[in-house]
Amino acid sequence: MSVTSTATAFERTRAEGRAALVGYLPAGYPDVPGAIEALKVMVEAGCDIIEIGLPYSDPVMDGPTIQAAAQQALEGGIRTADVLRTVEAVAATGTPTLVMTYWNPIERFGVERFAQGLVDAGGAGLITPDLTPDSAAPWIEAADARDLDKVFLVAPSSTDERIAMTTAASRGFVYATAVMGVTGARASTSDLAGPLVARAKATTNLPIGVGLGVSNGTQAAEVAGYADAVIVGSAFVRTLLDAGTDRQAGLAALRKLTEDLADGVRRG
Amino acid sequence: MNDPMNGHGPDERGQFVSGDVAWGGRYMPEALIAELDELTRVWTEAMVDPTFTGEFQRMLAEYANVPSPLYDATRISEQAGARILLKREDLNHTGAHKIRNVLGQALLAKRMGKTRMIAETGAGQHGVATATAAAYLSLDCVVYMGKVDTERQALNVARMNLLGAEVVAVDSGSQTLKDAINEAIRDWVATVEHTAYCFGTAAGPHPFPAMVRDFCRGIGDEARAQVLELTGALPDVVTACVGGGSNAIGMFTAFLDDEVRIVGFEAGGDGVDTDRHAATIYAGEAGVLHGARTYVLQDEDGQTIESHSISAGLDYPGVGPQHAYLAHTGRAEYQPVTDAEAMDALALLARTEGIICAIESAHALAGSLRLAAENPGSTILVNLSGRGDKDMGTAIEWFGLGRPQ
Ligand SMILES: Cc1ncc(COP(=O)(O)O)c(C=O)c1O
Repeated sequence: MSVTSTATAFERTRAEGRAALVGYLPAGYPDVPGAIEALKVMVEAGCDIIEIGLPYSDPVMDGPTIQAAAQQALEGGIRTADVLRTVEAVAATGTPTLVMTYWNPIERFGVERFAQGLVDAGGAGLITPDLTPDSAAPWIEAADARDLDKVFLVAPSSTDERIAMTTAASRGFVYATAVMGVTGARASTSDLAGPLVARAKATTNLPIGVGLGVSNGTQAAEVAGYADAVIVGSAFVRTLLDAGTDRQAGLAALRKLTEDLADGVRRG
Repeated sequence: MNDPMNGHGPDERGQFVSGDVAWGGRYMPEALIAELDELTRVWTEAMVDPTFTGEFQRMLAEYANVPSPLYDATRISEQAGARILLKREDLNHTGAHKIRNVLGQALLAKRMGKTRMIAETGAGQHGVATATAAAYLSLDCVVYMGKVDTERQALNVARMNLLGAEVVAVDSGSQTLKDAINEAIRDWVATVEHTAYCFGTAAGPHPFPAMVRDFCRGIGDEARAQVLELTGALPDVVTACVGGGSNAIGMFTAFLDDEVRIVGFEAGGDGVDTDRHAATIYAGEAGVLHGARTYVLQDEDGQTIESHSISAGLDYPGVGPQHAYLAHTGRAEYQPVTDAEAMDALALLARTEGIICAIESAHALAGSLRLAAENPGSTILVNLSGRGDKDMGTAIEWFGLGRPQ
C-alpha cells in the first residue's frame, strides 16, 4: 500500500489557492464498518485530509460530543487493530489519512509496531494531543525512520520558544488549537486563532491547520482566511449522534455538512 | 547545589529515572504546558522563601492541628506481637493528611494570583479538604466528583456545599475518580488563566508528584523525630496505604536514606486473583495515565481498567510515579491488602484502642499486622492517614451494625 502524505493534499490546495478541509471521526462509531462508510462520505463530499480518532478511555482533550462517540465505540469493543483496518480502508481512497490518538494506546501497542502498522495500512502519520515533542523521542524516531507525519499541537498559551520547538519537530502540518479548551462545536470563531497562526508561521514553512470549534461553512471561510487548513471534528460527530439509529439520515447530514464546509474553505 | 531531596528526584523534567525507565514526566496537552512550567517555577521559589514556608507552617499549626501526635498503640501491639506506632493524621482538621496538601496548594494559588480552585475527588475527602482551604483563603471552589461517587458519598457532597463549594457530578466514562480527574483537566484547559488545579494526590504531571510530596512530607519528618524521641531508635518498618500515594510518600520521604524497611499497601479489593482490585503496582503495567508514566491497570490495548476497592480513596487505577520508581528500584515494597483484611483491622483498632480510622488507613494497619506476625518483636510505624466518620455507611453495611440486639 502506498502512503499518500498530507504534503500531496497541501500541494493541491495551495495550487487551488485555498485552505484544506480536514475531517475527523472516531473509528468504531457507530461500529467499524459504519465509521468507514461515514469517512468515505466525507472524502467524497470534499475533505482533503482525514483524521481517524483512536477511542481511548480517558480523553482529557475531548468535549462531550467526541467523548460520547468514543465511549460508544469502546463499548462496541473497538480494538487498536480495528483502527488500523479503518485507516487502510480510508487511505485506499487516495486521501491522506492520519490517526489522532492519546499516547498510552500507542505505547501499549508498541511504538515501532504501530508506526509500521500505519505504514502498512497506508496511513500518513499521527496527531498526538497529549504528547508534546519534548516527551516524544520514541515516536519521533519511529516516524522519521518511515517518513510519517508528526502533527504536534500549539495553543494560545504556548510561549514563542515552545512554538518554535514544536513546529521544528512537526512534519506534515502543525495543529493550532483555536481556543483554550477542549473539542466541541462553538457558535462563534475564536479571536485567539489568528494571532496564534501568525506566531506559528513566523517559525516554519509547514502548513498551519486550525481546529477546535469550527462547525459550519461560514466559520470555515473565516478560518480559511488566515490558516492553511480548517480542522473539523465535533460538528461531524454531532450529525451522526443526532441521527441516532437512522444511519442513512446521519450519512446524508454528514454529506451536507461536508459540502457546506468544503464550500467554506473555497470562499476563505 | 543544596538538594533537599538527597538525589531522590525528580530531575528538572519531573522524571524519576530507574534504569531505562523514566517514571513521571509530563504527558499533557500543549495548552497546559506553559501553566505547568509556571507552577513549577513559582512552587520552586516558594519552597525556599521563608515568607511562604513560614505562612504554610503557621496555617498547619494554627488551623490544621499539625504536628499530629505519634501514638504508642500498646493494646493492639500486644495482640500483634510487635510494637505498633500510629502517626495520628486522623486528628488533623478535616480528618486526614489531605489538609496539608490543600493548604500548600491553596497558598500557592494565592501567590499566583488565582481566584478559583478546582479539584477532583473520589470519596469526597480531598474535595472537602479543598473546599475547606478555599473557604479559609477566600477562593471560589468547584469540585468534580464521579456521579456514582456523589451517590455513594452524599454526606461529603453536603459538607462541600456547606463550605461554599460547587460540586459537579461527572457522568462520563466509569463515573468515578479517574473520570472526575479527566473532567477537572478539561475545566482547567479552559480556565487556567485564573484557576488553580488543586490535585489530590502525588500523581499526575510534573510538578504535582513532587509538589504534593513536599507539602505532605511533614508527616514523615515529624514521625521520624517523634519515634526517635519515644524509642531512641528508628523503627524497623514504616508503612502506609497507597491510593495515588500522597500520604505514603509524605511518610516515606523522611526514611528513604535510613536503613528502614518501607512498605506500601495497595487496595486488593476482592483479591488480586480476581478482576476487582486496585493493586496498581502489584498487578498493573507501565504506561501513561493522567500525565505521568507510572504503573496503570490497563488492558491489552492500553485502555484503563476500572479499579475496585471498598475504600473510595484507594480506588484509582494509577499511582504516583515516585512509588512506581521506588518499587522498580526495590527501595520500597508494595503489597495488596483485601477489603476483608482491611475491615478486620478497622474493627480490631476500634475495639482495642478506641480509634475508628478511615478504611484507607485500615489497609495500612492490616498490612502492618501481617508484617508483625512475620517479624515478631519489631517496631512498625504506621501512617494512620485519616479518621473513619466518612466510612460509617460502609461499616454499617459490612458489619451489619446499628440493629438493636
Ligand atoms: C484517609 C485517606 N487515606 C488515604 C487516601 C489515599 O490517598 P493517597 O494515596 O494520596 O494518600 C485517602 C484518599 O481519599 C484518604 O482519604
